Amino acid sequence: MEQLSGGEMIVRALEDEGVEYIFGYPGGAALHIYDAIFKANSVPHILVRHEQAATHAADGYARATGKPGVVLVTSGPGATNAITGIATAYMDSIPMVVISGQVQSHLIGEDAFQETDMVGISRPIVKHSFLVQRTEDIPSILKKAFFIATTGRPGPVVVDVPKDLTHPEHKFDYEYPESVQMRSYQPSVKGHSGQVRKAARLLLNAKRPVIYAGGGVIQGEGCDLLTDLARRLNYPVTNTLMGLGAYPATDKQFLGMLGMHGFYEANMAMHHSDVILAVGARFDDRVTNTVSKFCPGAKIIHIDVDPASIAKIVPVDVPIVGPVTTVLNDLNAQIDQQLASTDRTLPDATALDEWWRQIDSWRDAHGLWHGRRYGESDHIMPQDAITALYNATNGEAYVTSDVGQHQMFAAQYYKFDYPRRWINSGGLGTMGFGLPAAMGIKLALPEAEVACVTGEGSIQMNIQELSTCAQYDVPVKIVSLRNNYLGMVKQWQDMQYDSRYSESHYASSLPDFVKLAESYGHVGMLIEKKEDLEPAMKEAFALKDRLVFMDIFVEPHEHVYPMHVAPSGAMKDMWLSKTERT
Amino acid sequence: MRRILSVLMENEPGALSRVVGLFSQRGYNIESLNVAPTTDHTLSRLTLTTTGDDLKIEQITKHLNKLVDVVKVVDLTEGAHVERDTLLVKVRAIGAQRDEVKRTTDIFRGHIIDVGPMTYIVQLTGPVDKLDSFLTALGETEVLEVVRSGVAGMSRGEKVLSV
Repeated sequence: MEQLSGGEMIVRALEDEGVEYIFGYPGGAALHIYDAIFKANSVPHILVRHEQAATHAADGYARATGKPGVVLVTSGPGATNAITGIATAYMDSIPMVVISGQVQSHLIGEDAFQETDMVGISRPIVKHSFLVQRTEDIPSILKKAFFIATTGRPGPVVVDVPKDLTHPEHKFDYEYPESVQMRSYQPSVKGHSGQVRKAARLLLNAKRPVIYAGGGVIQGEGCDLLTDLARRLNYPVTNTLMGLGAYPATDKQFLGMLGMHGFYEANMAMHHSDVILAVGARFDDRVTNTVSKFCPGAKIIHIDVDPASIAKIVPVDVPIVGPVTTVLNDLNAQIDQQLASTDRTLPDATALDEWWRQIDSWRDAHGLWHGRRYGESDHIMPQDAITALYNATNGEAYVTSDVGQHQMFAAQYYKFDYPRRWINSGGLGTMGFGLPAAMGIKLALPEAEVACVTGEGSIQMNIQELSTCAQYDVPVKIVSLRNNYLGMVKQWQDMQYDSRYSESHYASSLPDFVKLAESYGHVGMLIEKKEDLEPAMKEAFALKDRLVFMDIFVEPHEHVYPMHVAPSGAMKDMWLSKTERT
Repeated sequence: MRRILSVLMENEPGALSRVVGLFSQRGYNIESLNVAPTTDHTLSRLTLTTTGDDLKIEQITKHLNKLVDVVKVVDLTEGAHVERDTLLVKVRAIGAQRDEVKRTTDIFRGHIIDVGPMTYIVQLTGPVDKLDSFLTALGETEVLEVVRSGVAGMSRGEKVLSV
């Protein structure tokens, strides 16, 4: 059998897993591994400028491709810098394997140089973690790490490797396991058939149904099945922030996003529904508004691969634990069976017609895409910037975002027709996510258009990655909506703190982003005038091989609407503009 | 409501910290906890008492089951079960108290396992309420130190918690 050192085993295991990129940053405790990477010259390594960016890049890669992202960092600060990105991936259930160097085994616990308890510090934000104790265990631990990260409800797995176990002179047998058996980890593979039968009955007898689909539908590759089901029944569909693209946005049955900044028609339909089919969604507080007032007349069917997501926030009438694909397949079959065994016409066409008329009247009244729902100003409106991006990319780009107003505008106005195209930090809300995530996507899919929608606040949280993009020729397009404030903070300060802008304003100290981009060898564009917006955007995307930083001056006082009335509002309680509410 | 959860988990470093971390992270309460390897040395058995309504206990159970190291979780309080806690209590034993403590210990079927010139250590095993009653029954006796093992339990009859 082949003899390899621990460092070599790690590289070989990544090869055996078919890993396309390692995103990482070297340092003392990881140097044996880095030497093995150099010698093997097999899996390309992307040297980021900060470990947080390595995790976000791996995360973006994973979200766009469905394959696990791989990160390699050193001990101590390397490991702690990775934490934010691991937490981001954990909240959004993204498959990721993070290998961290650790100080030598005999130094663990002695406050050695660059020592931190990585397994301890990451414990609440990982799906699982391993501290390697014997070099011989490396292949089986990595096999388990990839297995755990990618199956069931996906998530990040940390593998902490003490430096002495990677020593080049200590060689052991290497054999990468074909498969994994773990008695303590057996994700559900099929939904309960009795529950599926109940769900089908409830669904077919609904008069005011809504399908509420989340990121789990995308992660679980269930988008086509869900779309078929919705079309077949002619039921309305709303997607969560994480689920955008799970159902085609330009389809007439799509109600838009729901939740805090969700569409009026989506939130109204949810509130007034009698049956909700929740798939791969988790009733997040940014969706439900006040839980006790959540959708009072609705019976809820909840499909999720994670049993702990079910009935966590709201009581559920029909819980189904299982992977979205098998459950939806079974549900479709059940629907066939029940339709065949009844003389009634199901679903009730008259009720459904009436429901659609009601929904259309909501759309006509306040639908975001039906008539212009925002004001005018001398400045470019941020919503128009997103529409220009949509037009310049034919609605087909991979769009990452940071966190704040620009994120919500992108979610509202870029109509995502395909899954895995909208890539944002939904659960953790991590500023600084967008640029490194875009980098990971562009590396995975070099032919795709990749845009990072950001603001002048968020972009500065990981702007150092412009350097990484220069090193590896990663021509993403940065659409930076500059309003000179931390926009979402300002919006809350406008609405709840009498416009006292506590620490949300920094206009006088912003860099010249055009020159900054140029200093890295990229293209910078300043876009100030409305009439320049569409042509500049087209010009930027015509520069296929260049990273373009679009510094777009937008109306500084615009707010994101609709916005849930909080505290104590229901789904239907929304601000529709600065002065109107439901 | 008070519940006793029995957990079989991999006898791996870090497994216990994941269980305890889960409780603090999600704001669940742990009243008592004990853990030791089983006859199969690859497995540890952990018994934990907590309180909560059905919804909360359901969430706790689901989250415990989600932990990769956890093999099985059983709520013993769902069925007939036995539970035992062990109490060691060091009391001031001088004068009339020396006999008094001895008598009370006998009534509760406990044992005095250490006798000092001015102190006793009493050992008592039983359900939690029995141990509580004993401490109350000690009355005016000065209690110097108390330690309890935490509840261990099993289902009655044929039901077995094993892999």
